[in-house]
Amino acid sequence: MSLSTINWKQLARKAGVPMVLLIAVAFLPLYGPGYTVTMFTYFLEYTILSISWMIFSGSTGYISLATAAFYGIGIYTAALLGETLPLFIVVIVGGLASAAIAFVVGAITLRLRGIYFAMFTFGLVLLLKEVIYFWEIDITGTRGRFVVLQSNETIFYYLLGIFIVTMVATILLKRSKYGLALASIGLNEEAAAHSGINVTMVKVLTYALSAVFMGAVGVIMATKLTYVDPGVAFNPMMSFSPALMAIFGGMGSLYGPIVGSVLFTYIQELLTTGVLKNYYMLIFGAILVATILYLPNGIMGLAQNLWKRIGGMRAHTRG
Amino acid sequence: MDLAFSIILGGLLIGGIYSLVSMGLSLQYGVAKVLNIAHGEFLMVGAFLTFWLHHNGVDPLVTVLIVGPLMFVIGFVLYRFVFNTIRRKTPNPGVFESNSMLASFGFLFIVQNIAVLIWGTTPQSYAYLSGAVSIGGSLFNENRLVAAAFAIAIGTAFYLFLARTRTGKAIRAAAQDASIAGLMGVNINNTLSLCFGFGAAMAGVAGSLISICYPIYTTMGLGYTLIAIVVVTLGGLGSIPGSFIGGFILGVIGTGVTAWEPGLSVAAYYIIFILLLLLRPKGIMGK
Repeated sequence: MSLSTINWKQLARKAGVPMVLLIAVAFLPLYGPGYTVTMFTYFLEYTILSISWMIFSGSTGYISLATAAFYGIGIYTAALLGETLPLFIVVIVGGLASAAIAFVVGAITLRLRGIYFAMFTFGLVLLLKEVIYFWEIDITGTRGRFVVLQSNETIFYYLLGIFIVTMVATILLKRSKYGLALASIGLNEEAAAHSGINVTMVKVLTYALSAVFMGAVGVIMATKLTYVDPGVAFNPMMSFSPALMAIFGGMGSLYGPIVGSVLFTYIQELLTTGVLKNYYMLIFGAILVATILYLPNGIMGLAQNLWKRIGGMRAHTRG
Repeated sequence: MDLAFSIILGGLLIGGIYSLVSMGLSLQYGVAKVLNIAHGEFLMVGAFLTFWLHHNGVDPLVTVLIVGPLMFVIGFVLYRFVFNTIRRKTPNPGVFESNSMLASFGFLFIVQNIAVLIWGTTPQSYAYLSGAVSIGGSLFNENRLVAAAFAIAIGTAFYLFLARTRTGKAIRAAAQDASIAGLMGVNINNTLSLCFGFGAAMAGVAGSLISICYPIYTTMGLGYTLIAIVVVTLGGLGSIPGSFIGGFILGVIGTGVTAWEPGLSVAAYYIIFILLLLLRPKGIMGK
């Protein structure tokens, strides 16, 4: 695309607001209180996870419950390499390690029916947890590892960097012919295969791509933990939260998972620190069921519907 | 040799319970198409109800008569009001399968959280028929034999119900193709709700039987759900006899792996699951 063909006005209108917001967030550590920075760290963490979940599961309809596995691989990469290599390299290694595992898992399982794929990926989290426990207790005779700590600002800026890379990658993917292929797989896989798309390859590569970001986030978030063991690293909730956030926000646009993650992380923070702490899982489950029953298109879908209805009424009174 | 014998017999005893749990999931997933991740939670609730009733002086084997019908009603209502609604709202069966699975995860969180609030997280157990019987040189507790016998009796009775009654025929028709069975005059909403209810009842009864021989805890459910998923895949989707036989096979394999290295039992189930899906996704009894 040459510079002259860009419609600058349209670009400014579409990208202007997100850019201003992004810059405001980027300078947050300079003016915001420490608590806000921590809060935004979690916002970014879950936003990246739910967007990268959506890249694959949202468009193809294959529900992956392995987010916790890729995130955990990132955490373990940080524990193993954090002392010897610079953080930047560790982040890349963590992302690539997750992608490699995702590639293998995808190549084996993405020929299967969607529901088996979901169970398989969920099993992967439990498998890694159990095997690493076994390895640590029976083979090396140790349990758990320590991670080199990083300052809150470093964590924040690394996450912001990963967030920007994730967003750019997602937008580019959506606009490319692979994005079109993914969307058509989601609509009708057989028809997609008949029209000449190598469906298995597109699915496996996209799955591996989505795991890169999950692994990278895992590496960064590990530096907040100091101590990790398989129970901490491979927590199945990390598979469900991003999926719920993406569905809760709505997967029709890129803003859906962002809105969903920010709202839900905030709710989570309120619940787990308040008097309702013991009821957190109960409320989480209830929101999950209610979202699937009543909000299949998420909050953004609901907002769009309302907007259309209001718009429709206006048109009616005018006409 | 003795070890092999005791592993096989022990595996068959626990296998009877796995069969019952898996037949339940086979009805819910194979027929009603809901991969119910909360299946094990019905089992856990059944186990704790039995524990509580036993505490109040009811014989554990009698509690089966209370737990079974109660779980049936809960399962029936759950399908009627939740999963059926999801079924009507989703555009195609694939989306229904994913959405109902996610919703069942929601129920898992809800039920488990309530159970933890009521009963806490410490393992519970009570003594019932705990005398030992020697079979071929290996010692087994009486309660394990009774539990396995009960499980097999219930499984067989249900099989006869499927094979001989009109409702059973409707369920078998729905297992083959629910929408065509509907066109042939089977009341499909009712039949699928019945299947879900029966599945829940079997999980509850299996929980009662587990509570008389093993310690129970509020987070035990998911492990049994995973075993049931492997067994249902092994036996063939929608094949009730397949799940029945598969339960025994997995019981023996699981007992063997646990005797060798307890830390790797989940890994063993996972590998069986991978191999099955790659080599024979239809299962041993699938068509």
